Amino acid sequence: MELEQPAISDTGDFTINMGPQHPSTHGVLHLKVTLNGETIKNVEPHLGYIHRSIEKMSEASTYRNFIYLTSRMDYLSAHMNNQACAMVVEKGLQLEIPPRAKVIRMLMSELTRLASHQLWWGALGLDLGAITPYFLGFRDREEILDIFEETCGARLTMNYNVPGGLMYDIHPNFVGKVKTFLKNFEDHLPEYKQLLTGNIIFEERTKGVGILTPEDALSFGCTGAVARGSGISCDVRKWNPYDGYETVQFEEPMETGCDCYSRYVVRIREMEESVKIIEQLIDNIPEGEFQAKTKVVLKVPKGEYYTRVETARGELGVYLVSDGSSNPYRIKYRSPGFSNLAALNTMAKGNKIGDLVAIMATLDLVIPDIDR
Amino acid sequence: MFSFYDISNSIHQWLSSQMGSTAVMLIEMAIVGVLAISLFAFLGLLLVYMERKVAAFMQLRLGPNRVGWKGTLQTLADTIKLLFKEGFSPDASDKFLFNFAPILVIVVAMLLLAPIPFAKGFQIYDINIGVFYISAVSSIGVIGILMAGWSSNNKYSLLGAMRSGAQIVSYELSAGLSLVVIVAFSGSMSLTQIVQSQADGWWIFKGHIPAMIAFVIFIIAGTAELNRAPFDFAEAESELTAGFHTEYTGMRFAMFFLAEYINMFIMAAVGATLFLGGWMPLHFGNLSGFNHIMDFIPHIVWFMGKTFFLIFVLMWFRWTFPRLRIDQLLTLEWKYLMPISLFNLLLVALVVIKGWHF
Amino acid sequence: MTNEDLKSLITQHVSEAVFEEGQFLNAIVDGSKAFSLLKSIRENPETEFDYLFCQSGVDWKEFFYVVYHLSSKKHKHTLVIKAKITDRVNPRIESVAGIWKTAEMNELEIFDLFGIKFNNHPNLRRLFLDDTWGFPLRKDYTDDVNIVSL
Repeated sequence: MELEQPAISDTGDFTINMGPQHPSTHGVLHLKVTLNGETIKNVEPHLGYIHRSIEKMSEASTYRNFIYLTSRMDYLSAHMNNQACAMVVEKGLQLEIPPRAKVIRMLMSELTRLASHQLWWGALGLDLGAITPYFLGFRDREEILDIFEETCGARLTMNYNVPGGLMYDIHPNFVGKVKTFLKNFEDHLPEYKQLLTGNIIFEERTKGVGILTPEDALSFGCTGAVARGSGISCDVRKWNPYDGYETVQFEEPMETGCDCYSRYVVRIREMEESVKIIEQLIDNIPEGEFQAKTKVVLKVPKGEYYTRVETARGELGVYLVSDGSSNPYRIKYRSPGFSNLAALNTMAKGNKIGDLVAIMATLDLVIPDIDR
Repeated sequence: MFSFYDISNSIHQWLSSQMGSTAVMLIEMAIVGVLAISLFAFLGLLLVYMERKVAAFMQLRLGPNRVGWKGTLQTLADTIKLLFKEGFSPDASDKFLFNFAPILVIVVAMLLLAPIPFAKGFQIYDINIGVFYISAVSSIGVIGILMAGWSSNNKYSLLGAMRSGAQIVSYELSAGLSLVVIVAFSGSMSLTQIVQSQADGWWIFKGHIPAMIAFVIFIIAGTAELNRAPFDFAEAESELTAGFHTEYTGMRFAMFFLAEYINMFIMAAVGATLFLGGWMPLHFGNLSGFNHIMDFIPHIVWFMGKTFFLIFVLMWFRWTFPRLRIDQLLTLEWKYLMPISLFNLLLVALVVIKGWHF
Repeated sequence: MTNEDLKSLITQHVSEAVFEEGQFLNAIVDGSKAFSLLKSIRENPETEFDYLFCQSGVDWKEFFYVVYHLSSKKHKHTLVIKAKITDRVNPRIESVAGIWKTAEMNELEIFDLFGIKFNNHPNLRRLFLDDTWGFPLRKDYTDDVNIVSL
């Protein structure tokens, strides 16, 4: 068969298409990878395979409805996405949500973060060729999803936040189940460390791989564990607290290795911090209303509002432009995955294909979050 | 006592009394062929089932449990499914090599079965250079993988094949050198004689530290030669989708799959024969009472027990470790295993000359 | 720097800049002058806006805004620059991909959804949609087949 252009250039470079159907692109990410042998010369992401234009759809829906679309962005931190949207509407309406709603929102956020990191941990193992972590990660995640299901009726796209608070009160079993989960998870966390953290092959694969300098991390707008693995403090919960995060004690885990291993350690430590936050809150859920009183039709006054939350992947910003009507005039989601993906090329250049997979895994990409 | 040696001998004598020696040989070849192929098919089914159950055990799952008693017929059902699948081949592939590659791989795996002593006197071909034969023939398998990768006309396949080539060529050295250690101890290349030499204790016990080192290196290099995790670079699912067999479907794919498991069996069998005494029961020097009790367990049970223990170890590796990277893999071989093997060989020479082993 | 200081600094650069006080300080400047302003406030050690945390487009029917949300990790101040583009037929603005690397991807997104072209962008291409598609986030975008209005 005659090829239109030579598959291998004069310099020995050739291109392979990783994705949109590839076991380690976690969805429909399409990477055009230029290789020389096994060495990566260039990585170019091609997106749009799951683009639904949520921003455009939001413009056509009301302030109550557009929140539900955001569960479909970063589906692993659906609760935090909803929270950011609810917060931007509350900011526009100058609503103060009841303390009970704040605490429950925090609890749910941290549980979501734990669930997301557990999935990430399993998928990281899978990408590096170890299959067992995936099942161990899911074992604990399942417990959290059961808690969600009991309270919200949904396991993944929870839609639990509404402008003004929460949709329902928590289920009576909630507190007990969370406590059981915490006890189980504390037993299981050492297993996580046994299987990957201390493993010599794992350390060889991740240490010194995918270097992202702090300057680059900031310039690329990286957030979450990616930036914190490069030693940049960027936890929104710390420096711009929302929904009561100023009342809880936790640390912002930081590493200065700038490599895949640092990002891994940051996420593992984030899990420990989340557990700490939940432990502080679970016995102190205040009594009272779970929802502030709102009008049936919400009309956000004319103006521009910006809120951000720390999702499991980093900083999610919602930029709302309102013209005073009952629909948003323009919504922009500043999604963490999109910025983190931009740094992929810089991190992957000069490494091997196997490293590309490790780097993608530690970036923790969720494709619907990038495509929106 | 029950013995395969008596059975095969009596068949041979009966046939010899009936017809001429050429006809006897032909009929015996046919019988052996049928037996080998059935063993092959059975091992394939058994090992896939075992792998799935072991994986399930390590991953808090149940594994196959629907088809047949405890899912035992699951692999058979899978085989039937694969038989009925379309044998697709890409348009731009080299058809001859594409079709020939799985056959080559499986023929090599089959050839390796010949010198393995399953029990006393139960062996297809008692060749006097058995160890040499095994290391020579097993290296042909990589040609099949290279053919498969190249002829698929797919860059993922090509990358996988090239990785596999680099990997197997390097790790053969270590595997070969660790086999040489036992050859030096026993003074023979014939697998039968190596087993006989372990009548008073297995080489892993008799051979002190050098045999231990050789055993560990053999397990590592063997895993690498098998292309199994943590050395599954040729497939590397998360990197190269499925590596050299990305484009294979149906029964052609099943042949690669089967060959992998047969190779695993053979590698474990060779390891068991050389280091763990093969079919030889566990004997300790002068403890005649203990040795006598051990003799009551049939040879085939000893052999299979050791082999399946090693297979379990290989599976354990696969489901526990992450994959290395290709350059780390080659570093491990050329900078660590190779020098250690060579040094170990010197040590063995010293031990053998001085007669320090038991 | 306080908002007042920022205001005076921006006025030095772009005399006709319009300010809006909201959640953050907003400065509306003309599209042609945005690049030099952004470059100077990035490089000025007193402002040092090193973190472009959001870059988006807004279609106000008569004109476009390209909105830059900037903050500084060092000085902890935040500023929003809105570059106004009045040409709807062939909207163009200078790319800031050389100043903040994150802009490279964000500008691709804005180009894809608003049709605003970025001069000197390293690789301007349609990121999500194919080349024949319109620019869906423009307010005059119509699609009889795919849009279901609520």
